[in-house]
Amino acid sequence: MKVRFSNINHHFGSTRVLDRIDLDVKEGEFVCILGPSGCGKSTLLNIVGGFVKPSEGEVRIDDEPVTGPDPRRIFVFQERGVFPWLDVEQNISFGLFKLPEGEQRRRIDHYVQMVGLKGFEHAYPRELSGGMKQRLEVARALAVNPDVLYLDEPFGALDSITRLQMRRELLRIWEAERKTILFVTHDIEESVQLADRVVVMSQRPARIQKIVPIDIPHPRDLSDPRYIALRDSIFGEIGLAHQV
Amino acid sequence: MKSVERYLLPVLTAMVLIALWHLAVIATGTNIFPSPAAVAKGIFHLAEKSLLWSYIGDSIMRVVFGYGAAVILGIPLGILLGWYPALGRLVNPVIQMLRPISPLAWMPLAVIWFGVSNVAPIFLIFLASLFPLLVAAMDGVRNVPPMFLQAGRNFGLSVPQLMRRVVFPAILPRLLVGLRIAFGIAWLVLVAAEMIAVDSGLGYLIIDSRNAGKRYDLVVGGMLLIGIIGLAFDTMFRRAERLARAE
Repeated sequence: MKVRFSNINHHFGSTRVLDRIDLDVKEGEFVCILGPSGCGKSTLLNIVGGFVKPSEGEVRIDDEPVTGPDPRRIFVFQERGVFPWLDVEQNISFGLFKLPEGEQRRRIDHYVQMVGLKGFEHAYPRELSGGMKQRLEVARALAVNPDVLYLDEPFGALDSITRLQMRRELLRIWEAERKTILFVTHDIEESVQLADRVVVMSQRPARIQKIVPIDIPHPRDLSDPRYIALRDSIFGEIGLAHQV
Repeated sequence: MKSVERYLLPVLTAMVLIALWHLAVIATGTNIFPSPAAVAKGIFHLAEKSLLWSYIGDSIMRVVFGYGAAVILGIPLGILLGWYPALGRLVNPVIQMLRPISPLAWMPLAVIWFGVSNVAPIFLIFLASLFPLLVAAMDGVRNVPPMFLQAGRNFGLSVPQLMRRVVFPAILPRLLVGLRIAFGIAWLVLVAAEMIAVDSGLGYLIIDSRNAGKRYDLVVGGMLLIGIIGLAFDTMFRRAERLARAE
């Protein structure tokens, strides 16, 4: 087991945020944590990322307890997380300071290519579009060769077309590198398009309401009856009739 | 066309103002307020005797020392207070209480402590620039987006590395604005301090020219020099800000 949450309880002051979370994530698995805004799913990600200590319970990764942030596991924010004072190359090499120069160079070139920022190596984030900044942040994370990626609503600020493209990009990268991915989102469609399993969270205090395995191979056909059935079952789970 | 607008128009405005000044002196027949030509003559005279250069040098030296000390002390202290919120809360009331006191109010104390010497104006300039710098650094650190710090820690940076590679570059734009504002205040305070606490410098030139013979040509000349030198420094700071932003 790659990541194991055991009986995580968390509260901010007197507000209970997380209620007895137990979850196992396999090596190389893509898991979406889906829930309404403010339910505590980001807190859960911050706990596994080592930024927040849970009130109770523990997270173990590779059977070691998480005690703090670790470069083997990188947290990706919405695209605002890139450093505006560094250009594309400098952002990508931000975490590579312990490596010899040649290796740094190799990784920069590799990930510039992979996320499609060739020709923009010396551009600053303010010169990039939202989607490019998001890809840059993913490249910065991948460059340190982590084995787990935490993504906290990474595409939330992008327009819907870019968002779709970014999902495809992320899947392509995931298939190439097979990182374990924990992806927090409030977007049902997004979770069904991406994940091996969707963990549906309840309203606060959040507990795991249901875990839905998405047994459709990639690339997924969004008009496939199986896709629609799974999506609708999650809509139902959250208590929304699938009508606007 | 652009550069013509940028350089020619201000020069044109200055020329029109000087012409108006000249006409006004003639029209009113005043014998107190000097004409532009008289001011220029007075200043050239002073420059020839090299007194002008030593005055300008003294003024700039005082600002460099007082302001420099404030930069060296105020910025690290401000970063520290911003980084440790508890420490910040402890010290902030004192800072906020001292901040609205005009540096000039310290003048009597400065003269008692340091006498009529270079140290008194340097001390006043130091005080004048310390608080804006302190507050700029402190607020800057407090307002670093948490995700920058989180990312820095995630990539395994130690605290000194985090300071150098994340905090400092993140606050730099705000810091540069603080540096410029602090310098503006320092320059204002300098002139006032030199009128009282010392016997050289551009502030002294003004007060001495009036006291020792009502040389209003030199009074106005001193004022213009203060304005021109202040403008030159301000332009430098703005350049630096633009460079940092364009980086």
